[in-house]
Amino acid sequence: MTNEQLKELLSAKFPELSEWDESYGLLSVRVPAAKNLELLQFLYNDPAMQFQFLTDLTGIHYPDRAGEELCVVYHLHNLVANIRIRVKVYVPVAAPDVYSATPVFSGANWMERETYDFFGINFIGHPNLTRILNVDEMDYFPMRKEYPMEDPTRTDKDDEMFGRG
Amino acid sequence: MTEHHIKLAEDSLEKQTTTINVGPTHPATHGVFQNIMEIDGERVLSTVPTIGYIHRAFEKIAERRPYYQITPLTDRLNYCSAPINNIGWHLTIEKLVGMDIPKRVQYLRVIIMELARIADHLVCNSVIAVDTGALTPFTYVFQWREKIYEIYEEICGSRLTTNIGRIGGFERNFTDIAWQKIDAFVDGFPKMLKEFEALLDRNRIFMDRCIGAGPISAERALNYSFTGPNLRAAGVDYDVRVHAPYSSYEEFDFNIPVGTAGDVYDRYLVRNKEMWESLSIVKQALEKLKGLDPSVYHADAPDFYLPEKAAVYTRMEALIYHFKIIMGETDLPAGEVYHSVEGANGELGYYLISDGGRSPYRLHFRRPCFIYYQAFPEMVSGGLLSDAIIALSSLNVIAGELDA
Repeated sequence: MTNEQLKELLSAKFPELSEWDESYGLLSVRVPAAKNLELLQFLYNDPAMQFQFLTDLTGIHYPDRAGEELCVVYHLHNLVANIRIRVKVYVPVAAPDVYSATPVFSGANWMERETYDFFGINFIGHPNLTRILNVDEMDYFPMRKEYPMEDPTRTDKDDEMFGRG
Repeated sequence: MTEHHIKLAEDSLEKQTTTINVGPTHPATHGVFQNIMEIDGERVLSTVPTIGYIHRAFEKIAERRPYYQITPLTDRLNYCSAPINNIGWHLTIEKLVGMDIPKRVQYLRVIIMELARIADHLVCNSVIAVDTGALTPFTYVFQWREKIYEIYEEICGSRLTTNIGRIGGFERNFTDIAWQKIDAFVDGFPKMLKEFEALLDRNRIFMDRCIGAGPISAERALNYSFTGPNLRAAGVDYDVRVHAPYSSYEEFDFNIPVGTAGDVYDRYLVRNKEMWESLSIVKQALEKLKGLDPSVYHADAPDFYLPEKAAVYTRMEALIYHFKIIMGETDLPAGEVYHSVEGANGELGYYLISDGGRSPYRLHFRRPCFIYYQAFPEMVSGGLLSDAIIALSSLNVIAGELDA
């Protein structure tokens, strides 16, 4: 199976898919948040697809994209045809609700907990959506861009001098 | 559920089962793992792993660092085979910028990565033996892991957290001493590995302890996104070196050993067989190197490859590039790339998003043991507590990688 065939099959079944991209040979697609689980189930169950291996699941924060600040990225692998696909879901930071992939992939459990822990994505239907790497008492989501690495109030160091402006 | 051996009186205040903490600093856990286990006699009913004790926020730190300063962070993921992590990261950057890597550098990397795989498997397999009560094999193999560390030391100066190589190649050419050490290793290692196998492979006590302990089926392993030797022990022949070859792995001839039961014994056997394959790959790489120009050890990519120190002191261009790279003035092209390598315990992936700046916009490590460790409760429930201990060591969960 090639990326073109895959794209054809998927866009016939899901006309709402958008932002197709093929950089570095990996087919990437965006799916509306309401449809992500349906797409994952189709990719898993359809005999022509067989994307039955969840390689990776993580989040990204784009504070400048109003209404779609948070992104959840899935990397799926069809081990039979040896082809990968990347699926992206964008949700607003005010209501970061995404359907959990745990009904399809047991392995999504901790990956989603990690994504919740660092980005605050609310995975609907997750059996145990609690913090995993950070302490339970933490009340913010540290991988969001509003938490810069160094103390922004520091004045003894001119970042401009270090190319960090 | 099985019948209880000890019956408590009906009005007893005592609990029928016992809650115990295994870890976080238990000697049998080889790292900072905590498992809160509910046990009935010696049988594990359920376990809840708590992780994150050595979380160091590498993904966050990476967002503020120039790419060459991220290599030392990758050292600290799976620190039993740091060179694979380092080279995997270099390969990711090289894929993003589209750099051409000379064949010789690719083969040198293959040699280092396979030696690292051997070092990692030696630790894991000998530690399974220790947990079953056999300390002798451990003392044998650590002498040979030491020899691999001496090779690293000769090439990059460090041993555990290696920070080996650079983006574009190696920091210096392999010295004659390094080659002698590699040759000595390739010559002497088979004898030790045979001894190691002779001690354990058909050892009645070892087999009785390992066969059937902590099993997982191929279906469950795939559903849990297992990779590496743990997946192959369950019977799935997925190996990144074959499915998405990098660094010229497609030119090498090697087998992918697979198991059937996915238990501790199969994982042990798969790792042992993989060491033989790794050794064969190293030999093939040594053969392939013979026809190539021995002076090449890095790509011609002055924008990204940190120049040699001698050149920095004598040549203007080298000084400029040195300054630019060290100060983090070199911008990466914008783009999104996922690159994975076959780490010693599974598919180690780097998902890098660059917005064209000096450091990643977002960098995510796909850490194999973080993903497969979540299957641990399912694998040990219903088994004996001592089986759970060897299941943990046979999974090769490395705390540094688990918690990143």
